[in-house]
Amino acid sequence: MDRKIKVVMAKLGLDIHWRGVYLVSQFMKEAGMDVVYLGNKFPTEIVEAAIEEDADVVGLSSLSGNHLALGPIVVDMLREKGLDRVKVFMGGVMPPDHAKRLEKEYGVQKVFLPDTPMQEIIDGINAAVNNTH
Amino acid sequence: MKIEKKELVDELIERSLKGEKLSISRLISMVERSDEYAPYIMEKISPHAGKAYYIGVTGPPGAGKSTTVDRLISMFCKNNLSVGVIAVDPSSPFSGGSLLGDRVRMNVKSEKMDVFIRSMSSGRVMGGLARTSKEAARILDACGKQIIIIETVGVGQSELDIAEATDTVVVILTPESGDSIQIMKAGLMEIADIFVINKADRPGAEDISTSIRGMLKRSLRKRDWDPQIFMTSASISKGIDELYAGIWSHYDHLDENSRLEQRRKRQLRQELHTRIENEFAKILWDMVHKKDIEQVVNDAWLRRADPQNTAQQFVWSSLRDSGLWPQKQ
Repeated sequence: MDRKIKVVMAKLGLDIHWRGVYLVSQFMKEAGMDVVYLGNKFPTEIVEAAIEEDADVVGLSSLSGNHLALGPIVVDMLREKGLDRVKVFMGGVMPPDHAKRLEKEYGVQKVFLPDTPMQEIIDGINAAVNNTH
Repeated sequence: MKIEKKELVDELIERSLKGEKLSISRLISMVERSDEYAPYIMEKISPHAGKAYYIGVTGPPGAGKSTTVDRLISMFCKNNLSVGVIAVDPSSPFSGGSLLGDRVRMNVKSEKMDVFIRSMSSGRVMGGLARTSKEAARILDACGKQIIIIETVGVGQSELDIAEATDTVVVILTPESGDSIQIMKAGLMEIADIFVINKADRPGAEDISTSIRGMLKRSLRKRDWDPQIFMTSASISKGIDELYAGIWSHYDHLDENSRLEQRRKRQLRQELHTRIENEFAKILWDMVHKKDIEQVVNDAWLRRADPQNTAQQFVWSSLRDSGLWPQKQ
């Protein structure tokens, strides 16, 4: 059976730093995942896309300081809509203690900070998704 | 365990037919992944399909297909029609993965609009659609979407599957799409019901439109519909009203003299033909021993044998060995 991981990737809100999310998206493609890239989107649209695409993973890129403001909203809205098995990953620039809070308090599966090796991102996603199936 | 799953699938189908997005999405995934219940789902869903109007959007990469689809979605919604979109992008031949970017251009969606967009990767299929694009479209149709738009991967000259899957084919070109020789070539140019010259604010738009008009005029093919040509600049929403009206005029044309039925029946015939062929091939492949094929490859390699003859001999000897075909007299 054909079971590819489907990822919905977005730049969170009005954040223009696209290079990171492009790089990670391309790497995911090369790791055999189906990556739906949304561009800049707000939580409502991201969750809508996750529903329609039946995503396994939502990836949010934030380098503009909106990670604590918008990240948790995406997680909450996904749970509200019944998408319990969708894993949310974040990446970008933020204080390490914010990253910890997102993981511990707000239900983000994992935050990848700068200098994370690409393979670690791929492995992290694979492991998280395969745990649910 | 099995029974539980069937109940779950039945519930998904029931909810989908009521228009619940999450269930529709799950159904499409199950069909896409060839779940053991995929045939069951399609059997239950199909009788509810067939009410929607199917529009195909195709053309070379970067011509503006997704942007045009985005503008058309808002036109349909403005007219209180619900829209389902299947957007196909290519898969990597190396990793099998894909980067599906059509949604980047599709931004008009608001909560008030009844729209369902699904991205699909093409897999190994070369015709411009994914293996299960038609099934996904059928599911959206059955679940109440009135307009179905299927957007192909960025195609070359011969990815023409879209013509067999939709009622109206819109081919989107740009002023840079080629001179009159390119326009005269077989394939893509022949399947269009509607031509769009997008990015028409750039130089050369008139020239390509003239080439298309010339090609159509010289054509000997009997048509009951004269393909129309529209100039658009989709990114600034120019020419979209006219294109929208053009699409409906093709629908009106199909609506007369049961042309729509004829077109769909022809497509069904073609689809069944292909599927029956695939079923036969599957059955016959199962009879063949993988070991035998390796041997044939090695043998052909050593003898520098001609592949066509080798294949033919292999098939006939397999058929005779299986007892399905009488031995040679």
